[in-house]
Parts: sequence; C-alpha cells; structure tokens
Amino acid sequence: MKASDIIKNGLIKENPTWVLILGMCPTLATTTSAVNGMSMGLATTFVLMMSNIVISLLKSVIPDKVRIPAFIVIIATFVTIVQMVMQAYLPSLYDSLGLFIPLIVVNCIVLGRAEAFASKNNVWHSFLDGLFMGLGFTWALTLLGIVRELLGGGSIFGHSIIGGADGMLLFILPPGGFLCLGLLMALINRLRKNAA
Amino acid sequence: MAKKAQSTLINMFLSLTVIAIVAAAALALVNAVTEEPIELAKQKKTNSAIKAVLPEYDHTENLDVDGSSCVLAFNANNELVGVAINSGSDKGFGGHISIMFGFDTDGNITGYQILETAETPGLGAKADKWFAEGGKGNVIGKNPGTNNLKVSKDGGEVDAISGSTITSRAFCESIAAAYEIFKKI
Repeated sequence: MKASDIIKNGLIKENPTWVLILGMCPTLATTTSAVNGMSMGLATTFVLMMSNIVISLLKSVIPDKVRIPAFIVIIATFVTIVQMVMQAYLPSLYDSLGLFIPLIVVNCIVLGRAEAFASKNNVWHSFLDGLFMGLGFTWALTLLGIVRELLGGGSIFGHSIIGGADGMLLFILPPGGFLCLGLLMALINRLRKNAA
Repeated sequence: MAKKAQSTLINMFLSLTVIAIVAAAALALVNAVTEEPIELAKQKKTNSAIKAVLPEYDHTENLDVDGSSCVLAFNANNELVGVAINSGSDKGFGGHISIMFGFDTDGNITGYQILETAETPGLGAKADKWFAEGGKGNVIGKNPGTNNLKVSKDGGEVDAISGSTITSRAFCESIAAAYEIFKKI
C-alpha cells in the first residue's frame, strides 16, 4: 500500500463522515458552530493517531480474544489525556465540548480504524491512516459547522456575516443537523462520482 | 510479520494487565501535570465571575451559608458593598444550570454570570445576555423582595427568552434560590 493512497482514503475516498458514515453522534452534536466542529475533529484526530500508533506497535502481543478490551483501554487513555489537557489549558473550549470529549472513546471511527487498519498494518502506515482519517473527519465536521453556523446564527467562526439577524435556529438544533448532513453528503458524493 | 500471541489464559491475562498498568501510569502522570492548571482555570473563572457580577470592591471574604458558597465584597473603608452568591437550578432544559448572582446591600441584583450550562445554543443559551442590562428580560437593578421576578407566563414581570420558557423559569428559580440565601446573611 502506498502512503498517498492512505492519505487519499482518509481525506476523500473513505472519508469517515461522508463515505463510511461513522461517528455520527459527535458529528451531529458538536457541529453547532464551526469552532466546535473543528475542535472536536482535531481532538478526535489526536486520539485516532495515537491509538493507531500504539495498537499497531502492540498488535503482535495482544491475543485475539482480548483485543477489543485492550483497544478500548488504549483509546480511553488517550481520550482522558485530551480531556485533562483541554480542561487545564483551554477551559472555554472545554466548556462547550466538555460532554462530548469522553464520548470519543465510543466513537466508532477510532475503534473501527484500530480493528480494520492498525491491527493489520505497520506503524508508519497506521500513523498516516490515523492522521488522515482524523483530518478527513475534521474537515467534514468543520464544513458542517460552517454551514450550520451560517444558516443558524448568521456567522462563521464567530464572526458575524449577516449582522443583526438571528438566523434560522432550526439549523443549530438537531433537526437542522440531520438536514445539513444529508444534503452535504449527497452533494459531496455527487462531486466524488463526477470526479471518479 | 511477527508471530501473533496465542489466546491462552495466561497471555490474555498478562497482556491486559500490562496494558492497564501502563495506561494507569500514563494517566497518573498527566493528572499530576494538569491538576494545578485545572484548579487555577476554575478559580480564574470564579474570580472573573465575581468581578463581573458585583460593583467596584476592594477586597472579598468567603462565607458559607447552608452549604452554598457566598462571597462578601467590601470597599476600602471595610463597608459591605455587595454579595456574590452561587446559585442554580436543576430544571433547565439541558439539566443543571449554575449561575452566580451579585446583590447590593439592599438586595438589588447587580449582575449575574452563568457558570455552567447545557442549554440549547441559539435558544436557552441566550440566557447569558437576555437577562442582563440591554437584554429583553433585564433583571439588573431589580429586587427579588419587591419585584415579582417570575416569567410573565407565570404571572411575573420577567420576559422569558422566546422559545425557551423552561430555561427562563430555571433562571428565575435560581434568582429566588439566591435571594433566599441572601436573606440569611
């Protein structure tokens, strides 16, 4: 497998959000604003990268029958580290994402990549896979956050674009999340098909 | 590729134990490093909230009333100028809301700051400005003892956040709870 294939897979061809459709809970819940979506994506990227590296390193010493608990312990450790560091150095971000950070543990992308990729590939490729799957997740969440924030609150990254307007609240609320996700998914898969 | 470890009882036991021990050690280390900054960040938040809700003051004194932490603020002549009270309600739309209220010595509300909230963005989360000066449901300068600080739907004089009556009710309940504590000081 070539490194460029891994990069393309994560960002576009097997994008976790648009193609694999994994990790929908944090995707819908945290994308009420662009900043939240991006931060959630980056936090997940870190966890994905680190857990992929460690799991790839340990793949020959973890017996098959206990691989899932072993993976979960490793993933949960990195999630807790992210949580504590964020709480210490980025308290305001932690306030808006707080609840969803521990939930990265059960994000199916992380366990999915551990199971499908890191436990079968070497460390370098697993690192690349984690990094670019994470970045693929990040750009998807950021885009979704931008669209929802713009439609729902009239701003992008907190900068007001449409002054004075309250925006269409629906798009910040869960139903709008589903609508945006579905429409963007359709659009992106259409573009992918055209490009292919 | 190296040979994979067999799933024997001893192998499973050893690998999971070692992984768990290493994980625990890593977490203990990170915890030791971040413990202090987390505490500082919390304190900073509380301090800036106290500054925001009270009029100018010189020094403060902590006080516990029925398990609620209050902060008494004094001016340079050691006269009491206001009290900041930690209050809250469990009846918010997203569960618990924690709010700090500031009162002057007559019991008029001088300010408030929301410390913890899980209210809906764009709706209940607007409570941070809605009830402040310039907001549509301004409660600043009002006195819970003489003004009827309830949501207008419940016969009070506070305009609820449109679409967020539950949040507004929880806010008014927090005012009442804070005022109860204020009366005991």
